[in-house]
Amino acid sequence: MTSSRLLPFYATLVIFLLAYAVCVIQFPNMLSTRVLGNLLTDNAFLGIAAVGMTFVIISGGIDLSVGSVIGFTSVLIAVLVTWYGIHPLAAFCIALTIATAFGAAMGAVIHYLDVPAFIVTLAGMFLARGMAFVITTDSIPIAHEFYTTLHGLYFRMPGGGRLTLIGGLMVIVFLAGIVVAHYTRFGSYIYALGGNKTSAELMGVPVARTTIGIYALSGFLSGLAGVVFSLYTSAGYSLSAVGVELDTIAAVVIGGTLLTGGVGLVAGTFVGVIIQGLIQTYIVFDGTLSSWWTKIVVGLLLFAFIALQRLLVVLSARKGSSQVATP
Amino acid sequence: MRRITLGEDAVSEPDLLLDATEIRKSFLGLKALDGVDFSVRKGEIHALLGENGAGKSTLIKVLTGVHKPDSGAIELDGQAVAVRDPMHAQQLGIGTVYQEVNLLPNLTVAENLYIGRQPRRFGLVDTRTMQKQARALLARYDIEIDVGAQLSSFSIAVQQLVAIARAVDMSGSVLILDEPTASLDSHEVELLFGVMRKLRDRGLGIVFITHFLDQVYAVSDRITVLRNGKLVGTRQTSDLMKVDLVSMMLGRTLAAATEHGRRAAPPPSERKISFSDFGRARSVAPFDLTISAGEVVGVAGLLGSGRTETARLLFGIDLPDRGTITVDGKPVRIASPRDAIRLGFGLCPEDRKADGIVGDLSVRENIALALQARRGWLRRMSTREQTELADRFVKALDIRTTDIEKPVKLLSGGNQQKVILARWLATQPRFLILDEPTRGIDVGAHAEIIELINKLCDEGLGLLVISSEIEEIVAYSTRVRVLRDRVHAGELAGAEISTDNIMRAIAAEHGAAR
Repeated sequence: MTSSRLLPFYATLVIFLLAYAVCVIQFPNMLSTRVLGNLLTDNAFLGIAAVGMTFVIISGGIDLSVGSVIGFTSVLIAVLVTWYGIHPLAAFCIALTIATAFGAAMGAVIHYLDVPAFIVTLAGMFLARGMAFVITTDSIPIAHEFYTTLHGLYFRMPGGGRLTLIGGLMVIVFLAGIVVAHYTRFGSYIYALGGNKTSAELMGVPVARTTIGIYALSGFLSGLAGVVFSLYTSAGYSLSAVGVELDTIAAVVIGGTLLTGGVGLVAGTFVGVIIQGLIQTYIVFDGTLSSWWTKIVVGLLLFAFIALQRLLVVLSARKGSSQVATP
Repeated sequence: MRRITLGEDAVSEPDLLLDATEIRKSFLGLKALDGVDFSVRKGEIHALLGENGAGKSTLIKVLTGVHKPDSGAIELDGQAVAVRDPMHAQQLGIGTVYQEVNLLPNLTVAENLYIGRQPRRFGLVDTRTMQKQARALLARYDIEIDVGAQLSSFSIAVQQLVAIARAVDMSGSVLILDEPTASLDSHEVELLFGVMRKLRDRGLGIVFITHFLDQVYAVSDRITVLRNGKLVGTRQTSDLMKVDLVSMMLGRTLAAATEHGRRAAPPPSERKISFSDFGRARSVAPFDLTISAGEVVGVAGLLGSGRTETARLLFGIDLPDRGTITVDGKPVRIASPRDAIRLGFGLCPEDRKADGIVGDLSVRENIALALQARRGWLRRMSTREQTELADRFVKALDIRTTDIEKPVKLLSGGNQQKVILARWLATQPRFLILDEPTRGIDVGAHAEIIELINKLCDEGLGLLVISSEIEEIVAYSTRVRVLRDRVHAGELAGAEISTDNIMRAIAAEHGAAR
């Protein structure tokens, strides 16, 4: 990879370090493993869903159903555990299977009917949210001893911070995502699809299988994010996680992935998620700022990054054309 | 068993790799390939030539499984095969490299070479081994580059060689190169030819598609020429004179029109448009051109010789990077087609479907379009004005339509062409550029268009007509410009204008063009 492709990622990294430095100068307490542990725990569901979104966007697509699938799985799990007395682990498996199949079905529609991903996943968004409402419109608290056990599982970091189960799970998902992206054939197919679908097909990339696989993976990770959300809130509510797909898209773009596909890093998305979490933490520490500042800063960052990406594309195009022009 | 083609044995050849016989393919009733035979031997470079619409790309698409032939047989190594799709063609041993390099610029060189078949260890892609193999593979082509770098960071030439290396590595018996030299400079072309010769010596059969005749003679062993979907012939390159090759490619399809005889040059006129030292890098070499009122300048040359590029330059679609224009002795500037239209220029483009007619609009609206654009959108032409205009031109040009409100796409090709002509004539231009005005229209309409060109010229219009039909150019031109390899190579006037002289000038034989 040339450095210009990695530039957005480095830019994100520098911005994160600068922002963190500013935070620490103002609130020295923010430099602690407690804050770090909370960052991971509070953003676990967002991060897990964002890994799936990274793959989707690198392949040149989009998945708008993420938030709805999180909401749907959290409601489904709550109902299965509380009303039907099913063990949470079994409920997780059922929810994950449904979410994966849902994603795979969207991928199949996108590929075989040749419908834009935007439309298909928009329909998927309404469908999943609607199904959550059909199950129940009430907020259902989960009081199961298994949840208590899971909440008790954490790793105490030096300095007193807690790496919780869900925080750790997010880190594992990110590591697995990096391996899939760079060390598997499936990963190279995802980049190939985002680069040029026609070329990829002519070069023998199994386009159908890859497309379905990408959306199934995004569905699975959205389901997993729903499981984590359920553990995090100990409840299921059909109106939860509204708009999370947009937060994940923001994290992916801030992390340096091109919205046009073909270029991006899973690690970048991790930094993108943590930056969003950091802004929220800053607001909590400050205490006087409205939480809407998170949205405002994220919006500004998004603008800045899209402008940066555009600039890099223009610059590399100019470089490319000047190369052609010299005989 | 092969059919007899000129200059070859009729006996079956033991070292035939690919043998396609009697290939036919029609699209919507239009014959794109009409009983074409084509073969590739072991260890040869076989050039496939023909003008636009000759059927080259259709033949390649049939051989690589993009299209299914309507009839005909394809044999590979003596075995009859039915190619299902490009992937299947690759597995059978037919690899193709297209003009637009179809690799993935966002992946590394090594990934491009091995995608889908990366070496794996413990289920994960073994990048180290993959890069080692990629380096070894490219070393055979004398390319030493960082295979871990992104493909887009290398020149088109290197990307092309990577594409060839991939195709040979995957397929390794027949290699089809579709205009591989189109975007390369002369040094890069030599590099590519070196690789092609090396592969030929290794026993590959290479199909080389190009429209640069010099390159054909530089590397190819045999030449096959197609014209209008038919096989004109297959010859040994060493036995075929360049002028004969040109006449095979351009043919003589319109012998009757030659009888019209040459036009006399018009009396010298003050009303003229001069382009001097006009040119654009990588498009057309600088040239001088003067067109007087009442004159038809024909432009002859092979596909890719710079004909359409010249038209685009004159009309301000592409901007020249040097040169000046004077109209009636006064210097002017053309920075866009709008400027050109204001000066009274008009252009009927080569591909009228893509650039000319607006198919869903009616005949009336299409005719009124340019005049309306020139007036500005604020001063709208009333429907009555438009109707009058359209009626006048439908009558004058004999446009055959049941009704001027009929969508233009429902008209025949010749009549569509007349609608575009009418559109420009409505603006009362002084200089009209016609790029291939008779392409794709039937013989009757053909003669009418030629008649119309003569009539316009008599009325004092200056015309520049680009055509690949040489007889047609002879029939109406007062002067003929000959283009070769993006250079205005010569001009013929008066008695010099004949099909033979033009062909000789295109083939670059001394004495024909000055």
